[in-house]
Parts: sequence; structure tokens; C-alpha cells
Amino acid sequence: MDEIVKEFLVESYESLDQLDRDLVILEKDPHEKERLGSIFRTIHTLKGSSGFLGFGKLEAVAHVGENLLSKLRDGVIIFNPELASALLATVDAVRYMLGQIEATGDPGDKDFTSLINLLTRLNDGASTETGSVASPAPRPADTTAVTGKPERAAVSPAPVAMVTPSATPISVEASTAASVVEPVAAPVAAPAPAPAVVAAAPVAVAAPHPESAPATPPAPAENTPDIHDAPESKNSAVSDSTIRVDVVLLDKLMNLVGELVLARNQVLQFTGQGADSTFQATSQRLNLITTELQESVMKTRMQPIGNVWSKLPRVVRDLSTTCGKKVRVDMIGKETELDKTIIEAIKDPLTHIVRNSVDHGIETPEVRLAHNKPEEGVLKMRAFHEGGQVNIEISDDGNGIDVERIKQKCVQQGSITAEQASRMSDHEALHLIFLPGLSTAEKITNVSGRGVGMDVVKTNIEKIGGTVDLQSQPGEGTTLKIKIPLTLAIIPALIVTSGGDRFAIPQVSLLELVRLDGDQAEHQIEFIDGVPVYRLRGQLLPLAYLNRELKIADKAEAGTTATNIVVLHADGHPFGLVVDKINDTEEIVVKPLGKQLKGVGSFAGATIMGDGRVALILDVLGVAQSAGVVAEIRDRSILDKEAKAARTTDSRQTLILFEAGQGSRMAIPLSMVARLEEFPSSMVEHSGALEVVRYRGQILPLIRVSKHVPAISEASLENDPMQVVVYSEKGRSVGLVVGRIDDIVQENITVKRHAHGNGIFGSVVIQDRVTDLLDVPAVIRAADPLFYPAQKAAA
Amino acid sequence: MIDSKQYATFFLNNLFLGVEVLKVQEVIRYQEMTRVPLAPSMIQGLINLRGQIVTAIDLRRRFEFPNRAEGQLPMNVVVRTDDGAVSLLVDEIGDVVEIEDGSFERPPETLRGVARDLITGVYKLKDRLLLILDTERTASLPVNFTKSQIKGN
Repeated sequence: MDEIVKEFLVESYESLDQLDRDLVILEKDPHEKERLGSIFRTIHTLKGSSGFLGFGKLEAVAHVGENLLSKLRDGVIIFNPELASALLATVDAVRYMLGQIEATGDPGDKDFTSLINLLTRLNDGASTETGSVASPAPRPADTTAVTGKPERAAVSPAPVAMVTPSATPISVEASTAASVVEPVAAPVAAPAPAPAVVAAAPVAVAAPHPESAPATPPAPAENTPDIHDAPESKNSAVSDSTIRVDVVLLDKLMNLVGELVLARNQVLQFTGQGADSTFQATSQRLNLITTELQESVMKTRMQPIGNVWSKLPRVVRDLSTTCGKKVRVDMIGKETELDKTIIEAIKDPLTHIVRNSVDHGIETPEVRLAHNKPEEGVLKMRAFHEGGQVNIEISDDGNGIDVERIKQKCVQQGSITAEQASRMSDHEALHLIFLPGLSTAEKITNVSGRGVGMDVVKTNIEKIGGTVDLQSQPGEGTTLKIKIPLTLAIIPALIVTSGGDRFAIPQVSLLELVRLDGDQAEHQIEFIDGVPVYRLRGQLLPLAYLNRELKIADKAEAGTTATNIVVLHADGHPFGLVVDKINDTEEIVVKPLGKQLKGVGSFAGATIMGDGRVALILDVLGVAQSAGVVAEIRDRSILDKEAKAARTTDSRQTLILFEAGQGSRMAIPLSMVARLEEFPSSMVEHSGALEVVRYRGQILPLIRVSKHVPAISEASLENDPMQVVVYSEKGRSVGLVVGRIDDIVQENITVKRHAHGNGIFGSVVIQDRVTDLLDVPAVIRAADPLFYPAQKAAA
Repeated sequence: MIDSKQYATFFLNNLFLGVEVLKVQEVIRYQEMTRVPLAPSMIQGLINLRGQIVTAIDLRRRFEFPNRAEGQLPMNVVVRTDDGAVSLLVDEIGDVVEIEDGSFERPPETLRGVARDLITGVYKLKDRLLLILDTERTASLPVNFTKSQIKGN
């Protein structure tokens, strides 16, 4: 494509983005003459350039827009939402045609005559009827004749036949007869009664009161200083201190720096070998320079997040108009800088989140008023650097996320079981919205409700190494927090060896390293629910074996029987990865894998090592998921609680609470419990009169506690799967079938002993309720007098 | 002047294949590769090509031909695709041939199976048939590879 055309496209796209911003701001503050002037000039330039390049259609559309703007600029017509929508529609049309030019070389065949007609009619001040309005709005007297007196809203708001591709149906029915244009005496602001009546209240145009400029143009004040200061500044001063650089060139620069880092790594390998001192000094210098160069080049690719955010006010405006809500956007920290690739990656997720907030989060003005909230909802976006990461927070003051509805929907869909739902904390339940296919929207609109959004958002953010967290208060609002690591391409990593191959683990996921010598390993690695775990300072760490996960031959290194555990965290949950050998830490250049390998979830990329060979970079989350150590929600909470239980201090005891029937509960001290298991009733076999299950290669006799403890109802034990508390003593185990396990608590308890037994050891006060403690040994003895062979049977 | 194109040719099993010369980045001898666990078997590994990491696809496996003989080392034909450079492992390298456009034909009916998908057409040369390879298709995984299958590999 012609260089000239390319330049035209680049500049025009930028202009359009600026127009978007300007039009939205102008809508809230229709009297900023500077801005009007700037918009006019932009369209004028666009018209001229397209004419010069022979894009007739584009020129025609721009021409009509320019006419309209000229009248606006001169004060002949007053800016109002209808005009705003029409102009935004023009911007979209131009954008469409630019896209066509980019792809095919000419503006395309789409017919814009209706848009042109609309603009012409608006220009002439006539109403734009499509016949669906009862009475034709009276033609306001020739607006063209009057200058300098901004009077009646020249445009009847009536049946605006919107051609806009962007959804701003200032709905027809809203502005019927009622809103017929009345000459507004008060000269000012006057996008007068019209918009006020329009049902789809546009973004924060606090229209009703005819005072000028609603107090402060909210949030996107970012652009105001630019324009107000010196309209020409956009063209001169700014361009003096900056240079427009092709992104391709920057990418190339980035790559070269990456190669340099690799070469430096190779050179450093030699310096380690006690070589010539001059050589040492020189390579040190090389090292320093390379690091600085790397940092500087990174900076060139950094862009302020405002670039992404700037598109959002328009999105919010269009959306809130469609949904009939009033939303204001506040942006804090838009100068926070991110690498260009990250910006590209979060564009769509951010847009989606914002749309969700407006569509689902923020209530309609009526509902808000009913709840004593201001009519206008606030969407707050905040960005800042912290701890080597970029934090982005998006919060709304809407009605929050209904946790119960989410749980219900998930149970309905079968994503979780009812039991898991009941055990879930609110925080965990909130994160259910990231499950694919979930939507609690009552109906599906064009905007959202299709249930494909949030899981994609989470995936996209995780793809660039970030995390998403969600918080919500019913009635008050929702906040989404995103954290993304600052640099993508060059990262510090731990190099490990497994199965004879080397792998790199990004240091950002690394917590610590643990080494177990041969015999230690045997004792310290336990199994819970079949999952190998290691107790690290009281916390249970699920383990995964890298050899097994990658299905590579287990070539154990000769001579070492040590077990190396790399403690990583995935999705906030720590786990241990067992590798053959731990090498060292290096800065590596992340190179993406080809599309053929994108499906292999365990790898995030590849790198070239100091010796020139390729090594794969592990995707920590991917490995964790395939190993199943990012455990199911319920099991995880039990593991957590068991771990907490392990940290028993003297005064606190951990107790398991289970249903005992008729709404009552009983407790078992965790110290009595070897394991908690669940067996489907189908697994129960009968040996004589005894019920048993096959368990870990042995036969486990089952005891139904209801048989020996009158206080426990038989019905409470009828669960499927059965809840079983496994008790072990001196190598013998027995399974106590109990009611549904409610909770595991840690309490300072004083036990009041009971005299009469009946399987009850005593009672304690837990969570303000008096709860009986099950006397486990007594129950077992009652069921099987021979279980404790050496003891004399006590009560 | 009749239009003609140049093709880089190579041998694979019993086929004589060609790729447009403009699409070929380079041809090099067998390189040491890093294997990729859990990847489809046709992905032989990753090569370090002057700092560029290139995925190597074993064409024999891609075409579902029997593996090459023990000790026989493949050659690398590095081709340019939309997604970057990809190395195709072939048995032997042939010459660069120049052929007139006019004699390009559709693949013969006798060509079956995977090969049929990967060949765009043929040229009838004096003594044999030159099959033209669709590099984009070749470098993409066949449709029926799902993520779970890849993991189970």
C-alpha cells in the first residue's frame, strides 16, 4: 500500500479515537468552544485528506459531518445527545471505511446515504421522523437564521432513526409527544428538556437543570488540559519531544536486546572459569551495559494505560444509554505504564469487565434512588505499580454479586454439587463466575448474559502471567483486581533438570526450595486421599512429580537419593514440584512456542540456554492443573483445615462437627481422627453381620454411631456418599459412619464431662452452641469389644 | 516470456515434493533438537536457529509414513509460515527446479489419505511427478488433535 495512504490511515485512526473521547466529553459539557473547534478541525482535515486521496465516499460523509460541526462551532445549533449520537455514528462510519481502505484499498460498498441524510436533516434543524411518532414535532423556527443565541434545542428529539452501529437507540417511544420541543427561554445549556425525557438517560448529562456545564465534567478530564491549553499544542509542542516509531521496529529492537542478553549469558559462563582479569573486567562492563540497555528498551515499549482506558468512556456511554442507566467513569492512575503487549492483551478483558459492571452491576436510576444511592452510578478504574506488578482495579457501586444465585446456577448446571456449594465460603463462591458457561443474567441481551465472558477474561489475563481477584458486597458494589507482572520477555527463572532435560521455572511463581535426603523423603511424604503431600512448617503441600506429569522416562540421577522439591504457587495455592536436580537461577529470554504447541498446557514458552540449547519454560499453573494439585474446592478447604488442625496449640483443640439428626450436631476431636473419607453406599459390603468397605488394600469395618449413641438419629447417617471417620490405633482401623460433616473448628474448649456415657464423652460450647462430644473409644468398644485387646472394658 | 516458478525439492519416503523457493528460509543439515514432552508425536522437537527457536515437524510422521531407518538422519527444510519459521524434517534434499506455471495440475486421484490434504497440486516432470506441498496446512496440526489427546500422547 502506498506510503501516503498508510500515513493517512494511521493519523486518521488516531484522530477518530480522539474524536470519540472529545464527543463524549462534549456531551457532558456542550459549551467547550475549544473542543468544538478542535473537533471541527479534525473532521475538516479528514475531509480534505480523503478528498485528496480520492476516497469519495469517505469525503462525502466527512463533509456532512463537517457542516454540522461548523454550525455547532458557530453556536447556530446546540449540542445535544441526539447530535452526539449522530456524530459518533459518523465516526464509526469513517472508521468502518478506513478499515475497508486498509483491507481492500477503497472505502467499500456500504451505503451511508441514510447516515448522510440524517446528518443533513439535523443540520437543517428538521425533525427526523420515521413515522412512528404520533404527532410530528413542530418545526422549530428557522434555527439557521439566528446566531449567537443558543435557543431551542434545534433538533426535535422525536423519532431519531438511528443509523448508528453503536447501540444508542434513544428510544422512540420515550420521546413522543411529551418532549415536543419547547423554546427554552434560558439561553444556556439547553440540550434542554429533550434529553431529560429520553428514557435512555445518556451518560451523566445532568440535563434537567438548565445551568451551564454540569458542575464538573466528571472523570475524563484527562483530555481537557490538552485541548484547553493550546489547541495547536496537539500539533506542535507535543510532536517536538516525541517521535512516532513503527511498532515493528520496536519489536525488532526488543528481539535484538533479547539476543544480546543471551549472548551475554554465554559470555558470563566463561568468566566464571577464572579467566584473564582483563576479560573479567570487560565482560562485567558488558554485563552492566546490557542490563541497562535492556531496561531502557523495555521502557520504549511502555505505554500509559490511559491509552486503553480512553476508549472506555465511549463504551460506557453507549452501553448505559442502551441499558437506561446513568454511569460515570472515574479514572485514577492512567499514566501508569505497561508494556505494549500487555496492553494489547488486556484491552478486551477490560472492556468486558466494564460492560458487565454497567449491564449487571449498576442499577437503573430508579432502583438506585430507592436504595438511597445517587442516581448516577460510578465506575472507578484505578491503576498503580506495586511489588513489581501492575495492579488494575475496576469497581462499581452497583448492587454487588448475588452469591446465592451464583451457587444455585452452578449447582443447576452441574458445575458443583449442592454439598460443595454449602461448604463454600463467599469468597470462593464469587470466583465461581469464572467458570465457563455461567451467567445469572435473567435474559441474554446483545450486551451480555451469554455466559462466555468471565472465563475468557480470566484465561486471557492468566495467559500473560497475571491474576484476577474478585470482591463484592451485596447492595454496595463489586471490585475486580487484576495483577500483571511488569515485564514479559526477559524474566528470572530457576533452571531444573528432570528426566535428563532442563526446564525453566519463572521465579515469580517460586516460593522456596526444599531438599529431602533419601531416608527423610520416605517418612516425610505422606498420602492424603491418595495425593502425596509434604508437611511444610505445618502446612500441607500437595506434591507433583515433574517426570510423571511430563511422562518422561524417570532417569534417576546415579548416586543421589535426595528428593528436590520446588515449592511453587499456582492460582494462589502452594504446591511442591519434585524434580531430579536443581541447577541455578538465570535471566532468560522468553520465546513463544509455535502454534503447533499451543495446546500443550504445561509449557509457557521456550528459551535458549547459555550453551545454545533450547529449554522449555514451565507453565506453573498448567502443570498444577494437570497434576490436579489445584484441588477441588471442597477438598482444598478440608486440607486447609486439616493443616490448621495440625498446628494445635495447647489451649485450642480442633473439632469436627457433624449432623446428629433433628438439627443437632456432635463433635469429634481431630486428635481421634486418622482420616476423613467418603464412600458411596454401593461400596459397602457385608461380612456376616458387619458392614465393611475395602480400603487401601485392607478391609475396614464400619460402625454406625447411631447404633451406640442414642442421641444420634439413624436418619442422619443416611448420606450418599457416606461420611466416615477413620480411627486407627496400633495398626488397626475402624470406620465410624457419622452424619454429614458440617465444619471443622478450632476452639478453646473446656469439656464438661458426662457421667452417663451413652457414647457421649462430655459437652463443649462451640460457636455459642452446646455440642456433645462423641466418645470414640466407648463407641468402638461397644461395637467391637475386642478392638482394644489389652484394655479392661470400661463404661 | 512464459511465467515460471522455482521450487526447492526434497524426497520423503517414495514422494518427490517441492516448496516454492520464496517460502523457504534455508535448508540445513540435521540439528540437535530439544524434545517437547506431551507434544504430538509429529513434533520432533525445538531447534535453535541462530537465536530463533524453530519447531521441527517430522514430515514422515505428518504424512503418516513409516519412520525412517535407524541411523538415517533427516535434513531440515526451514519454511516461512504465517506463524513464523517451521522446520520440516525430510529424507534428502533435491535440486531447485524451475517449472512453467502452465503445467500445474490438481492432485491425482491416486493420492490418498493425509497426503491428499497436504498437497496443493502436481507438476508432471520428464521422469516423475513433483508434488507441491501446502506449507501452511503442513505446519498446522490436523484438526482431530484435541488437547486431551495431546496430553495423553
